Amino acid sequence: MDAAASPTELRTLERAAREVRRAILEMLTISGSGHSGGSLSVTDLVTALLFRDLRYDPHNPAWADRDRLVLSKGHAAPAFYAALAVRGWIPREELATLRRLGSRLQGHVDREKLPFVEASTGCLGQGIGMAVGMALDGRLRGANHQVYAILGDGECQAGPTWEALMAGGHFKLDRLTVIIDRNGLETDGATEAILGIEPLAEKLAAFRYQVLEIDGHNLGEILDAYARARATRDRPTAIVARTVKGKGVSFMEHQHAWHGKAPSREEAQRALAELPPLPGEEGRA
Amino acid sequence: MSAPAPPRSESLRDAYGQTLVELGASDPEMVVFDADLSGSTRTVLFGKKYPERFFNVGVMEPTMMTMAAGLALSGRTVFASTFAVFAAGQAYNQVRQSICYNRANVKIVATHGGLTVGGDGGTHQMVEDIGLMRGLPRMTVVVPADAPTTRTATRVLHDTRGPAYLRLPRENLPVVTDGEFRLGRAPELAAGSDLTIAAVGVMVARALEVARRLGEGGISVRVLDLASVKPFDEPAILRAARETGAILVLEEHSVLTGVGALVASVTAEQYPVPVRRVGVADLFGESGEPWALLDRYGLSVERIGDEAWELLKLRGKVQ
Repeated sequence: MDAAASPTELRTLERAAREVRRAILEMLTISGSGHSGGSLSVTDLVTALLFRDLRYDPHNPAWADRDRLVLSKGHAAPAFYAALAVRGWIPREELATLRRLGSRLQGHVDREKLPFVEASTGCLGQGIGMAVGMALDGRLRGANHQVYAILGDGECQAGPTWEALMAGGHFKLDRLTVIIDRNGLETDGATEAILGIEPLAEKLAAFRYQVLEIDGHNLGEILDAYARARATRDRPTAIVARTVKGKGVSFMEHQHAWHGKAPSREEAQRALAELPPLPGEEGRA
Repeated sequence: MSAPAPPRSESLRDAYGQTLVELGASDPEMVVFDADLSGSTRTVLFGKKYPERFFNVGVMEPTMMTMAAGLALSGRTVFASTFAVFAAGQAYNQVRQSICYNRANVKIVATHGGLTVGGDGGTHQMVEDIGLMRGLPRMTVVVPADAPTTRTATRVLHDTRGPAYLRLPRENLPVVTDGEFRLGRAPELAAGSDLTIAAVGVMVARALEVARRLGEGGISVRVLDLASVKPFDEPAILRAARETGAILVLEEHSVLTGVGALVASVTAEQYPVPVRRVGVADLFGESGEPWALLDRYGLSVERIGDEAWELLKLRGKVQ
């Protein structure tokens, strides 16, 4: 998986990410509630994992040597569900059950409802701690699997996030890759206006991480960062992925109001028109 | 005015630490966490024996809980220890989501519960933890009365999958049980038919003392050890209600949310009888000598005797 992605592979991933964004918009519209902005900002990062980098057997979710993905920003559940559906691991029709009574697709990911979920998350600053614990377990077993934790940037205001990051650095958990979806916005506005987290990269470096700053919508850069993280020893890696909240939908981009809101049917039509399936998509998804 | 110092006392914390070491030998995957209090909680004993499976994470209780959950979700049995005020208070939401919501196999063993922490004062005297922890879905809650029960309970919790909270006191306590412990069972430490005194933790010895004094006057008092707070032995409480007609509950905990409230709700719904709660009122504690604090906050043997007398009067057993 560490070999550089070919142009064909990148095209395939771009098509998949486009389809994931379409699925996110569709499911949120049907649900009538949920987190649009942060799901669209993290889409490329999640797609790259589920379609390429994550070593995982969907038929054997208990495989001991699987890579772990912990969605510490549990409110980005729609991006995860949509990627699972486009990948073919859950039925596409199931996305219509998001947030419905009895659904496996809870508002925030739930390991007891849905396989593929390593840790139930939702309250911020906790998934990263569980991921650190999983990486520590891997260290004790002499295992070589990677543990990915995806965090929001608002989540970087939470004290326990830094507790967990400190532990990851202290224990030199080199199989831990922390991915920060740095879209700059949280529920009430800009992170830097509310409680600034910058200089983020310097803080992470001071916490003993290899820090990689990338464009979180450039799949080539994403794959390169994942490969470098996997190849690194003796310290964990933090990927600061600069992203756009609501990425791909003109009227959602850079709008914090879309943090916890779902589109109406009319808005969804406009959004989907801006995101037509990419050519070569037939037969997929 | 305090009760006389009981004869043979043992440390519950030592009993816990020693049992961890024994469990570590039979369960090579077991991991233990502490948050810079390993000498006090006695996890240091495990840490010395199995340094590679012991993690002291410093003053970081919330993330101690999430990390413990991460290791538990990887298939291990994990113990995590600190003082009760930090385990149940500082880390409440981590216990709620990362451990209970995730059904993580983490055993939280909290020492220094209740007023008998003593000199550290009200900030450190946790009297709300039983209520907080028993309110959590999927959580098991145990409050042993002595060292033998602590040993058995530590083993039982290790062998029972799922989240658990074991509350221990700082002080040594007299041995009052034979160490038998089963989840969901309230052992009868003294037989009786005029009144039941049900107690947890440090108050069990006082329950027995009051029962003994009343016994000298010909009054027959049943004493129940409610160590298994959750799952709770409702049948034992209902039997006590039917057979003794009144229940006095003793706890080193807030009466608002503790086992007294639990006994009152069980009996009110299923077999109403007079119930009285002796515990900490809606108050924080303060610095003081441990046993004097219990007396000051209304948990003295004399006060328990008075409450028992009131219940016996209600029942027409005394004038």
